[in-house]
Amino acid sequence: MRARNYFVGAAFALLAGGMAHSALAQDIKIGEINSYSLLPAFTDPYRKGWQLAVEEINAAGGINGKKLVVISKDDGGKPADAQTAANELVSSEGVAMLAGTFLSNIGLAVSDFANQKKVFFLAAEPLTDAITWSKGNKYTFRLRPSNYMQAAMLVEAASKLPAKRWATIAPNYEYGQSAVAVFKKLMSEKRPDIQWVDEQWPPQGKIDAGPVVQAVAAANPEAILNVTFGADLVKLVREGNTRGLFKGREVVSFLTGEPEYLDPLKDETPEGWIVTGYPWYSIKTPEHDTFLKAYQAKYNDYPRLGSIVGYQTIKSAAAILAKAGSTDPEKLIAAAEGLTMPSPFGEITFRKIDHQSTLGAFVGKTALKDGKGVMVDSSYKKGADYLPGDAEVEKLRPKD
Amino acid sequence: MSVAPPLLAVEGLTKSYGGIHAVRGVSFALRAGEILALIGPNGAGKSTCFDMLNGQNMPDSGHVRLLGEEITGRKPREVWRLGVGRTFQITATFATMTVRENVQVALISHGRQLFNLFGSAPKFDRDEAGRLLELVGMGGYADRPCGELAYGDLKRLELAVALANQPRLLLMDEPTAGMAPRERVELMRLTARIAREKSIGVLFTEHDMDVVFEHADRILVLNRGTLIAEGSPAEVRGNPQVQAVYLGEGLVYDSRHREGAST
Amino acid sequence: MAFYVVQFLTGLASAASLFLVASGLSIIFGVTRIVNFAHGAFYMIGAYIAFTLTERLSGAFGFWGGIVLAALAVALIGVIVEMVLLRRIYHAPELFQLLATFGLTLMVEDLVVLIWGPDDLVGRRAPGFKGAIDFFGQNIPSYDLFLIVLGPVVLGILWLLFQRTRWGVLVRAATQDRDMVAALGVNQKWLFTSVFAVGVFLAALGGALQIPRDAVHHAMDLRIIVEVFVVVVIGGLGSIVGAFVAAVLVSELNAFGILIFPKISIILVFLVMAVVLIVRPWGLFGKPEAAARKTPGLTVNPWRPLTSNERLMALAALVVAAMLPLFAGNYLLTVGSEIAIFVIFAVSLHFLMSVGGLASFGHAAYFGLGAYGIAFLAKMAGLPMIVCLLLGPLLGCMGAAVFGFFAVQLSGVYFAMLTLAFAQIVWSIAFQWVNVTGGDNGILGLWPSSWAASPSRFYWLALGVAALVTVALRAMVFSPFGYALRATRDSVLRSEAIGIDAKRIQWTAFVIAGTTAGIGGALFAYLKGSVFPDNLGISLSVDALVMVLLGGVETVSGAVIGAIVYKALNIWLVSQTDLSKLVLGGFIMLIVVVFPKGIVGMLEMLAQRRKKASPPGSPLLAKPIESAE
Repeated sequence: MRARNYFVGAAFALLAGGMAHSALAQDIKIGEINSYSLLPAFTDPYRKGWQLAVEEINAAGGINGKKLVVISKDDGGKPADAQTAANELVSSEGVAMLAGTFLSNIGLAVSDFANQKKVFFLAAEPLTDAITWSKGNKYTFRLRPSNYMQAAMLVEAASKLPAKRWATIAPNYEYGQSAVAVFKKLMSEKRPDIQWVDEQWPPQGKIDAGPVVQAVAAANPEAILNVTFGADLVKLVREGNTRGLFKGREVVSFLTGEPEYLDPLKDETPEGWIVTGYPWYSIKTPEHDTFLKAYQAKYNDYPRLGSIVGYQTIKSAAAILAKAGSTDPEKLIAAAEGLTMPSPFGEITFRKIDHQSTLGAFVGKTALKDGKGVMVDSSYKKGADYLPGDAEVEKLRPKD
Repeated sequence: MSVAPPLLAVEGLTKSYGGIHAVRGVSFALRAGEILALIGPNGAGKSTCFDMLNGQNMPDSGHVRLLGEEITGRKPREVWRLGVGRTFQITATFATMTVRENVQVALISHGRQLFNLFGSAPKFDRDEAGRLLELVGMGGYADRPCGELAYGDLKRLELAVALANQPRLLLMDEPTAGMAPRERVELMRLTARIAREKSIGVLFTEHDMDVVFEHADRILVLNRGTLIAEGSPAEVRGNPQVQAVYLGEGLVYDSRHREGAST
Repeated sequence: MAFYVVQFLTGLASAASLFLVASGLSIIFGVTRIVNFAHGAFYMIGAYIAFTLTERLSGAFGFWGGIVLAALAVALIGVIVEMVLLRRIYHAPELFQLLATFGLTLMVEDLVVLIWGPDDLVGRRAPGFKGAIDFFGQNIPSYDLFLIVLGPVVLGILWLLFQRTRWGVLVRAATQDRDMVAALGVNQKWLFTSVFAVGVFLAALGGALQIPRDAVHHAMDLRIIVEVFVVVVIGGLGSIVGAFVAAVLVSELNAFGILIFPKISIILVFLVMAVVLIVRPWGLFGKPEAAARKTPGLTVNPWRPLTSNERLMALAALVVAAMLPLFAGNYLLTVGSEIAIFVIFAVSLHFLMSVGGLASFGHAAYFGLGAYGIAFLAKMAGLPMIVCLLLGPLLGCMGAAVFGFFAVQLSGVYFAMLTLAFAQIVWSIAFQWVNVTGGDNGILGLWPSSWAASPSRFYWLALGVAALVTVALRAMVFSPFGYALRATRDSVLRSEAIGIDAKRIQWTAFVIAGTTAGIGGALFAYLKGSVFPDNLGISLSVDALVMVLLGGVETVSGAVIGAIVYKALNIWLVSQTDLSKLVLGGFIMLIVVVFPKGIVGMLEMLAQRRKKASPPGSPLLAKPIESAE
């Protein structure tokens, strides 16, 4: 069924290709870019999320009476291709703003493009701190809680652990490196007594888990910080479980509570890890209930974190466009700075100082329930509480 | 008063592979303008010997001197620069280039224009290339792709290429293998004529005894890696040792036996 | 002490899975000389099918039966691929099969997502091998022990197969001398098919056996394919024992290397390969490649410079291209610039590959170095654009001079793999050295100066440089140097015998190609306004190969057409569909089967035929080149 849809979709897309998208002139167009072909596991729920948002917005009368159209492009996981797509969206499609992206380097590439071409860009998922801080620019905003924020949330819980000997396992690229660096820095501030006894840097996507697990075990840490995810995480968990690495050790892990990463582990989910994530099954707020019902009704599937991000990206974009009442980038920036709006996680604000949204994340512990991995004892951490003070941010961000 | 050194002087050339002597203590000399044949039954060491003369193969011991200058173990391309042209038993040509271009490459190399990046190669020594091709009777084939040539024509092309640097010495490994009997005679006559006119020394190996006895000034006979006889065709023909070696194979080698490998 | 023993065993277990896949690749290459890029795809399909079967079939028998059945099923797919696709192109130019299997890989990557969905799949643990065994306080997973035993067992079975069966003797004979086996009256077709089936079976088995350890997902193929190639090359092409030793070597070096240098994994295999190839040019257990009996090109029509009419036509095409800004919008102009830059990249590889006969698998290194050259000059030294454009490519030039020196000592696939190793080393430096290169987040903000900033001006700049570069390289093909380079390609023996220092000629060609690629990279940096390690990556190197092969490796102008067609199609497809890989892969396979000489090669052949049809041509002209032996 799914396969057929894809084929029909592809055939249609090819046929329709030359004819451009027959959006009417008075429609408001958002250009959206993501790594659909490279990371379908994450971008599929993300796409479902934003499609739901578009449907809701237009059902409610569009943006100031105009219909919202999202034109979506694949970047194949390559920054250069993302820029080609961004250029097509801006130059040929005449979109009012750019949105999306998953990988940090692609987010940065599009952000730089936006800065150069003076186009508003709402980065959805990239986690790198650089996008709002060291390489931040006036045209770029970011929705998802950053690397720093996730680290700060985890440190809050981790610093309460008695463990003093820590080891780290992180994928060997910028995301892994900066996650470890921020975690270490914040952790050492709160707990000057801890020691870092080992670090492992397997290549992203190519972990040779057995030797890595052995090497970490040999250093005999009391606690482990994990930053790997996806297929690497699966291998690490499997080797770690079999070799007893996690027995009697605390594990703190980035993102592992997100259904995208937790669900594949099934009955092998390790218990008691402190993780950030999205326990959609245990969030009991009216905002989230509304979202969950709508999502399940439309797709007959449960949401992943990507669904939330996709949904809120377009909702935020619509709110910014509505407030600006214009597609002029300067007016969009003015409208977005300090704008507060509802989200399935509660109210969020796009900070004026660094264009970071205050969307938060859930921190909890992993557990096994009916042969599946879940997050328990989770609580929502507001993004605003885990960002450094304004003075520090000022220093981090280049002057526009 | 010192005597001028011979064009090619070989002294005690020895090579063994895994304990088996392929060539042992071979010594001989070759004068300018002389045509010298190196013969011997299959496996006698002719090709090994040949390859050591122009640096294709490194001898275990012994010396090769060109006009008194030691060239033992020098690289083939260096030996060529000293005026030693060579043809191969199995022809080696540039198959994707035309016949003329094959000769032009040699002329370019001779003119030390190999690293000329922006000149026009098709125009480079075009006439000279044509002349060399005429000389070997390939004038009409100049624009043919080399890959299309019949085997005998490739042999003639190799000769033209070998002549491109105005050599003093030509080393020809089975120059007429694969040719029809009439072609063989023609090619060797041509070679002999060029050699005499330009005073080029020629050393060649050959299976066809008709060719050898008709064209060689002198003959070296190699058996099991050692020289067993040396002399004029008449002397060698009458040598009982040579006859013994060739007994059973027939002194006049079967000329239909074309590409039989020697060593 | 126990720890080191366990670490060693763990390394052996990793080696076993690597060996299974590598041995299959080695066998296929040894006999058919196919650089089977799709080997990783077969590995991945093996894992997917095994996942489905082991989930459906219950019990221990279901699990192990599922694994074997999956491998058999994939072997059957392999047979079909060999018969339908590869058989048609064995006589195509060298490496053309690489193009076909690359197309297949692209399709498979999209197909598995369509069939199995986008999520990572985690399969069952192996019945009876779920736990670990205690070894002096260290745990060894029992499945690891199973793999450790399996590796040598498979090696033993393969050894028996090759030593004790008639089929094996034929395979060994074919590995050493393909032509001889054909001469012995063996049905080469079925020999090739069976060899391909065995190789694919091993790949799929390797994939299926990952189920209890790994997650099954659609990028598994790329994770393994390069590494496996490296293992095969380190061991020596066609040597099964070599593949085994290399797999153990690489895995153990990794297992112990990470204890001292935790970041070594990313680069280790390539470092090992580079060292091995420099010291032993044919790998640990390989033998020097028998001199090719046929010259690499199959061209019967010798190259010739353009006639004046053709020059006029090319000029007219350039003029038309230069008028694009009159009617095209910014997007099309930027796409046009990108295509022009890839024309530069493709012609630079073409010069090395077609003219020099040196197929580089790591040409992106010099493209990327040119781009990084710009980034360093513009961002750190703050030089103006024009100066950067002139100096930036020098970084590509220097890289090519250093790496080329070592690479041209080798030839054929070994040359290709050494260039790949160098490219990966450069890539990982760019990726790792965050302080200087920004790591994978790259260097941003490299936008062109105002004189070239508008899309139409930049387009003219890119087009102009592309035209200049193409003309210059084409002129070099017909320069004395170009003749010398072609001479070294056709026959090193003859070249050396007429005074040509083949290595120096090839090295010079390498530097020229690298510098030219650097020019492309420099423009690319300004086009995109940023530089990423991607610009040096394998996929870009493969793109370049595909462009040259697609256009026609035996032609002089194929690279230009190949670059335009491939890049335009690629950009368009990515923009139109998420399934661009499926469509592009299918297109490439179609081209391979229909135009085995590439697009331009095909056009030339048609033109040739028309010419011949009028006056009855000499029958000699049609004679294939094999007779040149």
